[in-house]
Amino acid sequence: MQDNSLSIAKPSESLLSQKIGATLIAAAILCSIIASSGQGETQPELFFWLIISLVFSGGIIFSIPYYKAIPGIKNNGIMQSPATNRGAIAWGIAILMTGFYIILYWFPYYLDGLIRIMDPISMILRNKVSDQWFLYGTFYTLAVLIMGIRFIGKYRHSRYQILRTFSVMFFQLGFAFLIPAFLLKLNQPEFYFSYFWPLKYSYLFPNDIDYLIKSGNIGVFMVFWGLVMTFIATPILTYNYGKRWYCSWICGCGALAETLGDPYRQNSDKSLKAWKVERWMVHSVLVFVTLTTALLWLNSWKSGTILGDASGLFSQWYGFMIGSVFSGVIGTGFYPIMGSRVWCRFGCPMAAILGLFQRFKSKFRITTNGGQCISCGNCSTYCEMGIDVRAYAQKGENIIRASCVGCGICSAVCPRGVLKLENMEEEGRFEPYNRHEI
Amino acid sequence: MNIIIIGNGITGITCARNIRKKNSDAKITVISEESEHFYSRTALMYIYMGHMKHENTKPYEDWFWKKNRINLVKASVKSLDPENKTIQLEDNSFLSYDKLILATGSIPNKFGWPGEDLKCVQGLYSIQDLEEMEKNTSNISSAVIVGGGLIGIEMAEMLHSRNISVTMLIRENAYWANVLPQEEAQLIGNHLHKHGIDLRFNTELKEIRSIDRLGVNSIITNTEEIINCQFVGITTGVKPNINFLKNSTLEIEKGILVNEFLETNIPDIFAAGDCAQFRFAKIGEAPIEQLWYTGKMQAETLANTICGHRTSYDRGIWFNSAKFFDIEYQTYGKVPPVITNEQESFYWEHENSKISFRANYNKSDRSILGFNFMGIRFRQVIAEQWIRDQKEIEYVIEHLNQGWFDPEFSKAHYKEIAKAFIDFNIDASFSK
Ligand SMILES: Cc1cc2nc3c(=O)[nH]c(=O)nc-3n(C[C@H](O)[C@H](O)[C@H](O)COP(=O)(O)OP(=O)(O)OC[C@H]3O[C@@H](n4cnc5c(N)ncnc54)[C@H](O)[C@@H]3O)c2cc1C
Ligand code: SF4
Ligand code: SF4
Repeated sequence: MQDNSLSIAKPSESLLSQKIGATLIAAAILCSIIASSGQGETQPELFFWLIISLVFSGGIIFSIPYYKAIPGIKNNGIMQSPATNRGAIAWGIAILMTGFYIILYWFPYYLDGLIRIMDPISMILRNKVSDQWFLYGTFYTLAVLIMGIRFIGKYRHSRYQILRTFSVMFFQLGFAFLIPAFLLKLNQPEFYFSYFWPLKYSYLFPNDIDYLIKSGNIGVFMVFWGLVMTFIATPILTYNYGKRWYCSWICGCGALAETLGDPYRQNSDKSLKAWKVERWMVHSVLVFVTLTTALLWLNSWKSGTILGDASGLFSQWYGFMIGSVFSGVIGTGFYPIMGSRVWCRFGCPMAAILGLFQRFKSKFRITTNGGQCISCGNCSTYCEMGIDVRAYAQKGENIIRASCVGCGICSAVCPRGVLKLENMEEEGRFEPYNRHEI
Repeated sequence: MNIIIIGNGITGITCARNIRKKNSDAKITVISEESEHFYSRTALMYIYMGHMKHENTKPYEDWFWKKNRINLVKASVKSLDPENKTIQLEDNSFLSYDKLILATGSIPNKFGWPGEDLKCVQGLYSIQDLEEMEKNTSNISSAVIVGGGLIGIEMAEMLHSRNISVTMLIRENAYWANVLPQEEAQLIGNHLHKHGIDLRFNTELKEIRSIDRLGVNSIITNTEEIINCQFVGITTGVKPNINFLKNSTLEIEKGILVNEFLETNIPDIFAAGDCAQFRFAKIGEAPIEQLWYTGKMQAETLANTICGHRTSYDRGIWFNSAKFFDIEYQTYGKVPPVITNEQESFYWEHENSKISFRANYNKSDRSILGFNFMGIRFRQVIAEQWIRDQKEIEYVIEHLNQGWFDPEFSKAHYKEIAKAFIDFNIDASFSK
């Protein structure tokens, strides 16, 4: 069978750009390895620009075919290509990404050469030498930007998709990369205005708040911002727009899932069993982080008499299990095997809270268009959250599910125009919008 | 009650599910030869194109059937014996029933062309057809599709996705011109052309040629043109799949004859979906309905009757939808290719030639009759309500936004449509 793995109508055309793009990216990886081996330290600027330009040009050349094709859904070959259908290439990529996370979290000294090439840019942006997290942040942002360009090309027949992708690219670059760096440069605490408790659990931990308040006026504003976002903005925005205002328009984890993870969205598990596991897991994490936070406050109120030294240990442990292993290693490393939103679906406590609002108190729903559904299954297949959208659509029922991140892809891939994401009157939101009874 | 359903397509399965919903005791057996589990026939093209795998096209997980005590049998039914209320399977075993539902679907039409039984000449209806198409189209460069209907265009898109060049022979003077008005037919034709599909209008197949009978080499058209190709797709419609019933006492014409309750001439035997033919179709309605939607609606009606509430079938206000490569199509009410003198038709087309809108209405009272949407999604309930309430065209145009179903942030074409309608009315009053 011929290779049409790039999922574009004209395989022969795409093949050349695909090859060039992949070659350039492979060259970038090679350069990174050479840099890690120590060469990076001697010529940081050279390696930095080499790697950045290789990655960018590779990514853009790789995306050209999407822009050349006539706009519309082109998922050709996705279920046949070993890169996207849990085949050999997918496993290879999964191992590579997982390995990268393991090295990054626990053996960063292997990356030292690579970290050093970031020093010049780190000095400019942050006035501080680079560390593994700055390296990671740069790679992360690059991935969102480049794969965002690809995403926009692929879904450019839909303005919802274009705007949403610009939004995640903007928030990643500005709020999760540049602003925290500038804050450091200005001798302020490194703060991410686009992350809140409980996703960024430490923002409501007593130690962090204490530290922020002591750091001055900007720190006080940051504490205020965190509180407002968690307790006031989150409920209001979720009531009006559903969980999507955050999960698929702002959040950095969502940004990576929607861009880098897009080729893998079909690999999410749609079974009823997976839904059950999901509900148990994600709500357990929420309970856990809430208890942790409460305990830490209790402890700090009683000046450390309850937990003693254990309090630090407790938050460290959560940070390790949830923050590192789950959201990083499994959440991103397993994209090619388990789909792009493993973390968002099974592990994110923020998603759990937003989901509870969305399910029980929100104007958001996905309406179905009467009897037009042909039960084809495109919607369910491409739902990254593993929602069996078709199960609702074929009955003419609205889709109101805690986990739906409002990415709108189900609506985009539906060949019969059955699904619409809407914010409408809360009242009657479950009412089926069906054709008249016979 | 022991119910046997032949056919596990949308019709048979909808019957089974709805009967189970209303009656928890009935014994329900579904017999089908094509596949073990119900899958969505409408998604066949997406399997070929690699958008989905077969398992993605199954609307219910495999445990569903056991849980709902719907007994699935994968076998072919050879004949039926209404006297003894039994059916015979291919292995010559017998099964008895209290009520029998025939939902056997369709098979592709062929018209006796020379060469139509050659290898690499085929229709597309079943999983087996798809598997064959997979084999027949590996390593080929060009194909001819005979017939310009919905399955034909799906086949064109499938082949196109594998970079196989496609020529379509179309009997009419535009794509699907026996259903679509000229403007829409042309709009789709142009879109196909942009994708590189070679459309031959006013052209029919005369003969399929093969040098070695191992495959196809070319076809000859009724205009004596020779087109080289290695694959011929026959998509000139489907007909009821009723061969195994030919020798029974069932009354059969093109399909299995049924009344409005979907009852056949034999008590306790019913037929629905693609294989059924209404004895007395209502005026303007087809006696055989070969659609997913109608199969589903007929099955819902029939399940009522089987469960003791004899219900007559009413398809309600007509609707349908399709997708032609990148252009989605939705239609509500009656929009024939040519209108009568009592009717008027307002058509608007976007400058990009990919989006259009049509509303037909009565000249006298200006009541709305039907809509065609190309590249626009529109709410079915709203369109139906307007048609049922015979809303005036002016009201409809003014309130189009209520039914707009395009994704958020999409362009609000209804504003442009409203403007165009004003111009259209001015023109119309001038010409009077
Ligand atoms: C490629 C394609 C695309 C389509 N797209 C659309 C669309 O977009 N919209 C739309 O409205 N319609 C569409 N249709 C039409 C629609 O799929 C059919 O109208 C519908 O599937 C008919 O359903 P059914 O249950 O009546 O019959 P079927 O789905 O044909 O099911 C009948 C089953 O009975 C089995 N069977 C028959 N005889 C026997 C026997 N003797 N013993 C055992 N088993 C038997 C057959 O093998 C078959 O599996 C499409 C059809 C095709 C082929
Ligand atoms: S249901 Fe639709 S909008 Fe919601 S997450 Fe799934 S694909 Fe995205
Ligand atoms: S993609 Fe559309 S037509 Fe297909 S199953 Fe989903 S809602 Fe129905």
